[in-house]
Amino acid sequence: MNLTLKIWRQKNSKDKGKMETYPVKDISPDMSFLEMMDVLNNQLIESGQDPVAFDHDCREGICGMCSMFINGEAHGPGRGITTCQLHMRSFKDGDTIYIEPWRAAAFPVIKDLVVDRSSFDRVIQAGGYVSVNTSGNTQDANAIPVPKEDADKAFDAATCIGCGACVATCKNSSAMLFVSAKISQLALLPQGKVEAKQRALNMVKQMDEEGFGNCSNTGACEVECPKGISLENIARMNREYLKASTS
Amino acid sequence: MSKLDSKVPEGPLKDKWTNYKDHINLVNPANKRLIDVIVVGTGLAGGSAAASLAELGYNVKAFCFQDSPRRAHSIAAQGGINAAKNYQGDGDSTYRLFYDTVKGGDYRSREANVYRLAEVSANIIDQCVAQGVPFAREYGGLLDNRSFGGVLVSRTFYAKGQTGQQLLLGAYSALSRQIARGKVTMYNRHEMLELVIVDGKARGIIARNLVTGEIERHSAHAVVLCTGGYGNVFFLSTNAMGSNVTAAWKAHKQGAFFANPCYTQIHPTCIPVSGDYQSKLTLMSESLRNDGRIWVPKKIEDVKAIREGKLKPKDIKEEDRDYYLERRYPSFGNLVPRDVASRAAKERCDAGFGVNKTGEAVFLDFSSAIERYGKTEANIQGIENPSKEKIIELGKKVVEAKYGNLFQMYEKITDDNPYETPMKIYPAVHYTMGGLWVDYNLMTTIPGCYACGEANFSDHGANRLGASALMQGLADGYFVLPYTIGDYLSKDIRTGKIPTNSPEFDAAEAKVKEQLSKLIDNNGTKSVDYFHKRLGKIMWDKCGMARNEKGLNEALVEIAQLREEFWKDVKVPGKMNEFNPELEKAGRVADFLELGELFAKDALHRNESCGGHFREEYQTEEGEAKRDDVNFAYAAAWEYKGKPGDAVLHKEELKFENIELKQRSYK
Ligand SMILES: Cc1cc2nc3c(=O)[nH]c(=O)nc-3n(C[C@H](O)[C@H](O)[C@H](O)COP(=O)(O)OP(=O)(O)OC[C@H]3O[C@@H](n4cnc5c(N)ncnc54)[C@H](O)[C@@H]3O)c2cc1C
Ligand code: SF4
Ligand code: FES
Repeated sequence: MNLTLKIWRQKNSKDKGKMETYPVKDISPDMSFLEMMDVLNNQLIESGQDPVAFDHDCREGICGMCSMFINGEAHGPGRGITTCQLHMRSFKDGDTIYIEPWRAAAFPVIKDLVVDRSSFDRVIQAGGYVSVNTSGNTQDANAIPVPKEDADKAFDAATCIGCGACVATCKNSSAMLFVSAKISQLALLPQGKVEAKQRALNMVKQMDEEGFGNCSNTGACEVECPKGISLENIARMNREYLKASTS
Repeated sequence: MSKLDSKVPEGPLKDKWTNYKDHINLVNPANKRLIDVIVVGTGLAGGSAAASLAELGYNVKAFCFQDSPRRAHSIAAQGGINAAKNYQGDGDSTYRLFYDTVKGGDYRSREANVYRLAEVSANIIDQCVAQGVPFAREYGGLLDNRSFGGVLVSRTFYAKGQTGQQLLLGAYSALSRQIARGKVTMYNRHEMLELVIVDGKARGIIARNLVTGEIERHSAHAVVLCTGGYGNVFFLSTNAMGSNVTAAWKAHKQGAFFANPCYTQIHPTCIPVSGDYQSKLTLMSESLRNDGRIWVPKKIEDVKAIREGKLKPKDIKEEDRDYYLERRYPSFGNLVPRDVASRAAKERCDAGFGVNKTGEAVFLDFSSAIERYGKTEANIQGIENPSKEKIIELGKKVVEAKYGNLFQMYEKITDDNPYETPMKIYPAVHYTMGGLWVDYNLMTTIPGCYACGEANFSDHGANRLGASALMQGLADGYFVLPYTIGDYLSKDIRTGKIPTNSPEFDAAEAKVKEQLSKLIDNNGTKSVDYFHKRLGKIMWDKCGMARNEKGLNEALVEIAQLREEFWKDVKVPGKMNEFNPELEKAGRVADFLELGELFAKDALHRNESCGGHFREEYQTEEGEAKRDDVNFAYAAAWEYKGKPGDAVLHKEELKFENIELKQRSYK
């Protein structure tokens, strides 16, 4: 396949940035999207140009590092996948593809397609944990049975990879899906229930401080989330938050 | 030749760790506040170590090259984590886990370390559950288990196909808690490029801020390297793109011995290579071998027809299929250890029975499992005389619940639906048992420099059993290092802050800057990947699944030549003082080009086959690995002497006092 790429280029956080056009040739439909980007970068390097910076590591949809806004969609066309799981067979010969970074006040651009998501880390630091020491002096793992249904739901929420697609997709740049996934996971488990109230209050406070927007229930985040994190989590988080702020 | 002191405590195996803990020096809480520790890496090993040390009261500085500690390569681990809990009541015990691990490692690991690992394993599960790790559970609310290769019990705990993710997020949450308390200072997007040694002790690191390109000095009383494995020396592997050997290699060049570099695990079930643009290989978890059956056609004409698309795998009759693992290893069947399964796949493909276009793939088939589960499910639901379709439908649901995300991952990559047609799989580089040599305290041969997790030469001998890397990483970080490092640091309570303006820091920084400028100003013509791919090809062809003297000798020469060419002709765009991913890659590949040579040298010197190290010259008549316990029952620890090829060998003789050395048999 031969394609035309329109890519956001921005030297650093202070640069204004603009879209640039690059043609690529002989792309195999079996390539992953990032392998196609590798081809482009090798081409740029060998012709003395600056390669396009983008984040990636595992290339199998689990580390949450890759983050491209492709043709107006977080992680591109296709549901339930990250950018690195997108394959070129989703495109046609002759297509023009627009590639941009996540855009949100809380995710400033570092270079080209690379953004700073440390705001997510700070939200977790505000309370996304169970306050238990790692000394090993804990009770036996089977001492408290957990209903399978709760465990499964907690697991589903815990599969969030912290990629930020939900924020990038949301017109308000809200982080509700990400934050609610962690709050739900821990609220569903007996180990996390003890601190549930304080956790909800602290994480929501930090989320607001980081400059993430409000949730207006459009549900775009759920659609674009590569891990299928459900809106139910937002509802659960709102309940937890309400319980916490009224007691 | 200096003798390596493993510092294994005296006494019976069972009591060593307890006795050790009873007698080490402790640091009182007030003094811990005066001590700084650097932890490089935030995977399972580093994340758990940093959190635990901070909880104890030390001041911790933690580093990772990703944009968040939560993204370390451990996140990608799929199948599970072992622990001798014996929840299934199937005869598991600390001793059995210890025994399986030593045997699985083909009798090339240190007994005392492995026993300690088995001993603390159960506690890991308690710890993780307390942190809110959502392991899989049964309907009764208790934890579920599955089986992994090389063992006869069910001791693997799991969270669907995302066990590594869930465990890492557990460690990350503990780490985040300590960051919030101010006890850990986290340096994301930082790469350690040199170890700083002052008066013979590890006292700090030089790191590059990957966003600004700034070179920074960080000092501490001890440095812990938890920087993962070096499988990417093969270019194609299941490791994350950034996984590298740099931190360990820099430590090696400063005096830390590097042990058993040639012990590499080639994982049998990965998605086969499809083209030369390929940037990485994807693992299909070993847990799939619980339910998937591996086969190739018996008849070569069927193989041809399948390759040409004239026959589908489903069209091959049961009696025309060769379930070669079940045939060769009736007692372990599809669950033989990884090294055995990988070589068996290679043997069939070399004989011409590979089932894809490249001839390098075998089938992993779930149809029997789907049918079996479907029947059980129909019984459970009380459906009488269920139709074949109903059975398949129910069976698919069960399989989906167990492996859904893996099946989805497979389909995304290959465009084939594994519920309908068998997966195609082939072995790929996955894990490195070799690494920095450490004593019982997890200290390298540089005082004050520790190595944990995959970065050390570890407890897995010549072959790691599935689900044991996660166990080891967390054991090291949560339960072992916090004790052993205290013993060392107890001598540092009066040292005071380590200054960073010393000549040692000056020299280390200058060295780092020199290498970086050399790369940037090189004005070559070829990209970093060009060299990395060529190195990978040499490694895979000559130091891969099967090795021989001739090939290894060639590899030694070719790698040295390639390294020379790299330094003449590599082209690194951009500048030093900016965000520059190509420059990061260049530094990593430069180190792989040195490690590769030591790797080949180690493989060449070990005139035996053991675990993942298979020398064609040393095999039994049935093609199984043939060890030489008289001459090679040692860990090979290499000392750097100016060039990778000039490294000097030190031997740690391995004593087996509790386990009898036997030929490993899974028949
Ligand atoms: C696909 C896959 C599946 C697996 N599945 C399983 C499984 O089911 N069960 C099991 O037991 N094992 C499994 N393994 C193996 C296991 O995941 C790893 O061995 C283990 O996670 C390694 O953990 P670690 O903490 O040692 O290193 P890693 O998780 O690799 O972490 C390395 C850390 O070091 C940092 N780092 C590296 N170099 C530098 C540097 N120079 N400067 C700064 N930071 C640096 C990185 O940023 C990272 O934080 C799997 C491995 C793979 C590849
Ligand atoms: S909720 Fe989904 S989209 Fe948002 S960070 Fe988590 S995985 Fe990504
Ligand atoms: S690179 Fe890890 S999720 Fe895409």
